[in-house]
Amino acid sequence: MSDGSIDLRAEARAKAYAMPLEDINLADTELWRTDTAWPYLERLRHEDPVHLHPAHHHPDGAFWSITRYVDIMAVDTNHEVFSSEPSITIFDPKEDFKLPMFIAMDPPKHDVQRKTVSPIVSPANLNLMEPLIRSRIVKTLDELPIGEPFDWVDRVSVELTTQMLATLFDFPWDDRRKLTRWSDVATGGLDSGLFTTDDPESERRAELFECVDYFTRLWNERVNAPPKGDLISMLAHGEATRNMDRMEYLGNLLLLIVGGNDTTRNTMTGSILAMHQNPDQLCKLQANPSLIPSMVSETIRWQTPLSNMRRTATRDFELGGKLIKKGDKVLIWYASGNRDETAIENPEAYVIDRERPRNHLSFGFGIHRCVGNRLAELQLRILWEEILPRFPEIRVLEEPRRVPSVLIRGYASMPVVIPSRNAVLAH
Amino acid sequence: MPKVTYIEHHGSEHVIELKTGMSVMEGAVKSGVPGIDADCGGACACATCHVYVEDGWLEKTGAKTAMETSMLDFAENVQANSRLSCQIRIADDLDGLVVRMPESQH
Repeated sequence: MSDGSIDLRAEARAKAYAMPLEDINLADTELWRTDTAWPYLERLRHEDPVHLHPAHHHPDGAFWSITRYVDIMAVDTNHEVFSSEPSITIFDPKEDFKLPMFIAMDPPKHDVQRKTVSPIVSPANLNLMEPLIRSRIVKTLDELPIGEPFDWVDRVSVELTTQMLATLFDFPWDDRRKLTRWSDVATGGLDSGLFTTDDPESERRAELFECVDYFTRLWNERVNAPPKGDLISMLAHGEATRNMDRMEYLGNLLLLIVGGNDTTRNTMTGSILAMHQNPDQLCKLQANPSLIPSMVSETIRWQTPLSNMRRTATRDFELGGKLIKKGDKVLIWYASGNRDETAIENPEAYVIDRERPRNHLSFGFGIHRCVGNRLAELQLRILWEEILPRFPEIRVLEEPRRVPSVLIRGYASMPVVIPSRNAVLAH
Repeated sequence: MPKVTYIEHHGSEHVIELKTGMSVMEGAVKSGVPGIDADCGGACACATCHVYVEDGWLEKTGAKTAMETSMLDFAENVQANSRLSCQIRIADDLDGLVVRMPESQH
C-alpha cells in the first residue's frame, strides 16, 4: 500500500520547497485530504514560524499560522490576548447562524459552563465507566471477522465512540448513529460529499435543527426529572446552562458530540495505521504491554486529531518578531508543533516508549485544554489492552480515505484484514 | 541542597534533594517520583502536577499567579492548600517542604 503514498509525499516535499513562501496555503483542504501538509508545515517552522497568509487564501480572509511548539504554547496559554471568541475554527460565524459554545467563549462564561459538564469525566466517574467501556470493546472485537476484509472505521472506531457518546448523553440506543451523522455534518465542509442537494448550506442547517429538536425532547424529559449523571440532565439542571437558548444549546451539543466522538474515533483508527506502518513498535508493545499508556499518548501526538485551533487577537501583540494586530485571526497548528524537532526528539518517528510521551499539543494547553482527555486515553488504553491478547496483526489493506478538512485529521474509511486470532483465545 | 518530601496518594514517601531554582515538579519528574504527570512540561498550562502542600508550608511556597489560579479552577479535588508544583521554586527556606499527591492527575 505504501508505494503510491511515498511518491505523493516526495512530490509534496519538492513542491513545498520550490514555491514562494507566500504561496503556501495551509487552509487548502487538499493538503489535509491527501496527508501532504507536513513539508509545508516544516518549511514554515524553519523559515517563517509566525506567518501571515494573504486574504485570498481563505473565504473568510487573512490569517496567521503559528507552527512552532513554543509559540503555539505561548498563544494557547495567553487567553487574554488570544481570545477564543467568536470562533475556534478558521471560519467566522455566519451572522444568521451563530452557535455559541463554551470552547468558543472566554472567561467567565466559559468557566462556569465548562464546570457544569466536567464532572462527567471526573476520575471517579471514569472508574465507574471503565467496566462498561471494556465490555463493549470486548464484544465489538469478538464479533470482527477473521480473514475477511472490513472497514475498521465503521465497524470499530465509529461504533465504539458512538456507543460512548450515547451513554454520556443517555441517548436512545437504537438512534445512536444519528450522533455520528450530526458530528460529521457539524464538521464537514459543504464540499465534503455529505450533502446531496445544490444548496448544501440549507441542507446542513436543516440537519442541525433536526439535531437540536431531537435533543430538546430529551431536555424536556430530563428537566422535569431529578438531576442525574448524563450530560443533558447536567445542562438542563446546571445554573450556568439551564437558560441557554436554542442556538446555544445546539452549539454546546455540537461541541460535546464532536469533542466526544470525532477525535477519539480518528485516534483509534490512527493507532491501527501507526502500528501497521511501524511493525517494530507493535512487536515492542506485544513484548511489553505495560507500554500501552505511553503508546496511547504517542498515538495521540502522532495522529493530532485536530490539526489546529483558531484564536483572535484582542490587542496588538508581538510574537516571534512579527506584529499581530488587534482583531487578527491566528491559527495555532498543533499538528506542526507535534512535529517540531526543537521541542520533540525525532518527531517524525512513531516511538511508543519515547521519554516524555505526554508532552504533546493534541489536547491543547491552558484554560481550554481538552476536558475529556482522560476519557479519550481510557478508551484507547482499553482498546489496546483487548486487541493485544486477541490479534497478532491487524493489516491495513490500502491507504485510508481521509476526510477533506483543515480542522479534523480524520479517516472516512480504512479497509483492514485480521489474518488470525491468537491461539489462546481461539476456543 | 533543600530536601522535599513527596507523599504519594497511598502513602509512599520519597525524599528528594533539589537544587535551588528547580521547581517541585522538576524534582519529582527528574527523580522518577510517580504521581506527577506534568503534561505541559512546566508552563502552568495543564494542572497535571497538582499537589497538596503540607500544613505550615503554604505561605512559604509563595503566591499563585492568575494563570495558576485559573488552571487549578479546572483541576479535580482542589483544596485550599492545592498548588501546581511547577510553580513552586525551590529556595533554601523550603528545605523540609512536604507535598502530597492527589489520587490521580486530571
